[in-house]
Amino acid sequence: MSDKLKVTIDGIPVEVDPGTTILNAARQIGGDIVPPAMCYYSKLQGSGGKCRTCLVKVSKGSEKDPRPMPKLVASCRTTVMDGMEVQNITSPEVIEARKGVVEMLLINHPLDCPICDQAGECDLQNLGFEHGAAKTRYEFDRRTFHKIDIGDKIQLHMTRCILCYRCVFTADQITDHRIHGILNRGDHSEISTYIQAAVDNDFSGNVIDVCPVGALTDKTFRFRNRVWFTKPVEAHRDCDHEKCNGKVTLWYKGEDVLRVTARKDVYGEVEEFICNTCRFDKKKTSDWVIEGPRKVANWSVISANKYDTLHPLPVVKTNPVLQEANKEQFERETRL
Amino acid sequence: MGRKLLLEHINVPGINTFDVYRSKGGYASVEKALKMAPNDIVEEVKKSGLRGRGGAGFPTGMKWSFLAKPEGVPRYLVCNADESEPGTFKDRYLMTYIPHLLIEGMIVSSFALGANVSYIYVRGEMMPQIRILEKAIAEAKNKGFLGKNILGSGYDLELYVQPGGGAYICGEETALLESLEGKRGNPRIKPPFPAIAGLYGCPTVVNNVESIAAVVPIINDGGEEYAKIGIGRSTGTKLISAGGNLKKPGVYEIDLGLPVEEFLYSDEYCGGIANGKRLKAVVAGGSSVPILPANLFLKTVNGDARLMSYESLADGGFVSGTMMGSGGFIAYDEDQCIVRNTWNFTRFYHHESCGQCSPCREGTGWMEKVLHRLEYGHGKMSDMDLLVDVSKKIEGNTICPLGDAAAWPVASAIRHFRDEFEWHVTNPGEATTRNFGLAHYADPLPKVEPKVA
Repeated sequence: MSDKLKVTIDGIPVEVDPGTTILNAARQIGGDIVPPAMCYYSKLQGSGGKCRTCLVKVSKGSEKDPRPMPKLVASCRTTVMDGMEVQNITSPEVIEARKGVVEMLLINHPLDCPICDQAGECDLQNLGFEHGAAKTRYEFDRRTFHKIDIGDKIQLHMTRCILCYRCVFTADQITDHRIHGILNRGDHSEISTYIQAAVDNDFSGNVIDVCPVGALTDKTFRFRNRVWFTKPVEAHRDCDHEKCNGKVTLWYKGEDVLRVTARKDVYGEVEEFICNTCRFDKKKTSDWVIEGPRKVANWSVISANKYDTLHPLPVVKTNPVLQEANKEQFERETRL
Repeated sequence: MGRKLLLEHINVPGINTFDVYRSKGGYASVEKALKMAPNDIVEEVKKSGLRGRGGAGFPTGMKWSFLAKPEGVPRYLVCNADESEPGTFKDRYLMTYIPHLLIEGMIVSSFALGANVSYIYVRGEMMPQIRILEKAIAEAKNKGFLGKNILGSGYDLELYVQPGGGAYICGEETALLESLEGKRGNPRIKPPFPAIAGLYGCPTVVNNVESIAAVVPIINDGGEEYAKIGIGRSTGTKLISAGGNLKKPGVYEIDLGLPVEEFLYSDEYCGGIANGKRLKAVVAGGSSVPILPANLFLKTVNGDARLMSYESLADGGFVSGTMMGSGGFIAYDEDQCIVRNTWNFTRFYHHESCGQCSPCREGTGWMEKVLHRLEYGHGKMSDMDLLVDVSKKIEGNTICPLGDAAAWPVASAIRHFRDEFEWHVTNPGEATTRNFGLAHYADPLPKVEPKVA
């Protein structure tokens, strides 16, 4: 299985291993052509396919069967074929569909970013900024729920949830047993536990990290600070939990460790899951061996440069149709 | 009048019992099939041109031949009796009155596919049908048509009836399999398709009740004989659940290719519109297919008479055509309100959306709220464009076809009945007390200008 498959995404060729998804192939290229993903999480098996923000157009199926795929496909769950040609931001159809999906995600999401702990590192916030319209066309009441405490460290604010199922997969695959899940269906669905049973598990804190929005928040950090005022520092400790290696990011404000999270990559995905002791109980500098400041990539969510202008591909600059389709993205600069 | 294949003995008293069914030639196809090679049965079904009767119209024989056959892995046949499309009630009728026809079809189909365990997944609301089927299975088992070594052929088959929870989404084949496995009925992301990894990860075929029942006459008479009925690629007979403002609503077995005008107005079938009213609109294949006004339904844009066949109903695509769907034929007379009907359909899809993928979860609720507003006189002129736009954003962007099914009725209702929607906005007071009426929906179509190339 050494032979690599050749894929072209937005005109950029890349060679990947068989079985790679289009999304991961795009991540190998990196930059603006990576489709956004709200529900897909590379560390969680079976995740993805639900949020539909990563839809792309397959304009050529493969070398053998060059027919284009009839519908837009979810790039996180579609594996590449040899010679496949994919259009992401060079397809007006994809941009239009993605805008629609973002609008759908936002219609039941409260715009309480000013008081939300996730603000600043929220995937939906970025997505809304990049693809959403300035105004909503939804004129009805949003669904609301009461906040629930699941365990003494985690709070669930269901109103903000976009039902990506990531936390369900995390609980299924990382913790020993899952006590929470999806109840009801359609837009009444909710993440919940029966009779608010406490989620009591050594790894349950990871659901906070995987949550793309502010639905699951760390009660030891709630309302303590805004993430962009805190300074990320890499640190580790000898954790005695057999599954946890103690590699974390500490979030400093002045001298105090306000929050401990797992280390997240540029796509907001954790590198390794950490245990609850590391996350909730070790909040003194003396608990940790400091490695140095966490490098934040320019295009990462927490970087100040994230909300910079789009760096369009050459093909977008020359093609008027694509320029028209990307108009809102170009206007980011003027909006700021 | 065509020959009835499925409902031939429907009026025989006691046909729901094994003995009467057997005396009318029932289970003959099992005896015949067990002497055939399984592949020949699949070939026979392929030759018949039978198309899936559950809605999509995918050729059944083709579906069977796609089934992966790895060594040492069981294969399953699952009968989709989760009939929950508004307007469709043919499967329930079939299971209530001739349950043995379905069981006979299941035995033949299971044998053809090499399945030793087969399931009939029945919608939870159909309690009586579940009992009827279980009784029929027990009878068949007693007579040696099920269980170990059927009729001494060495073939074993266990048939189980599994009640569902009554969710519409569980009629989608992968959601059905999830539900059958005891999980939450969420559609799976395809690929892999059930023919490769279905129930418990094994190759599985999911077929509609009527498709499986239609295998019986195909085996009895031969595939070529079956293919002689019908027109073009729409072969055989189809059960149509006729409902709405008809003189004689009910389940009818028609030869595909019957003109819709004959189906609607002849005394043999629906007998025309009840109470001497006039036809306003028709939903031809269950609630999820596009609705058509009377003039477009009876004649295609080119002026040809429309026929009850997969191709003819789809003539004109989404602009002026509809689909065969599952055969849930709903007729509306001039007193019916299309806005209210569309709202009602959307309400259903809002309630039944599984909530897995965002466009369908949020979009169905949004459309329902906008349509509710229109129906109750608080609408705006911009709502129609909004609805069309929302339906476009849902269509094609979802995991399973429920999103499309929710989007099509709304988009088509606005396309064909826009003036009625506008009337709801301009006369909100009147709209809550009376209906728009027939307007010009039954007028003859304007002549199509031949396109100059």
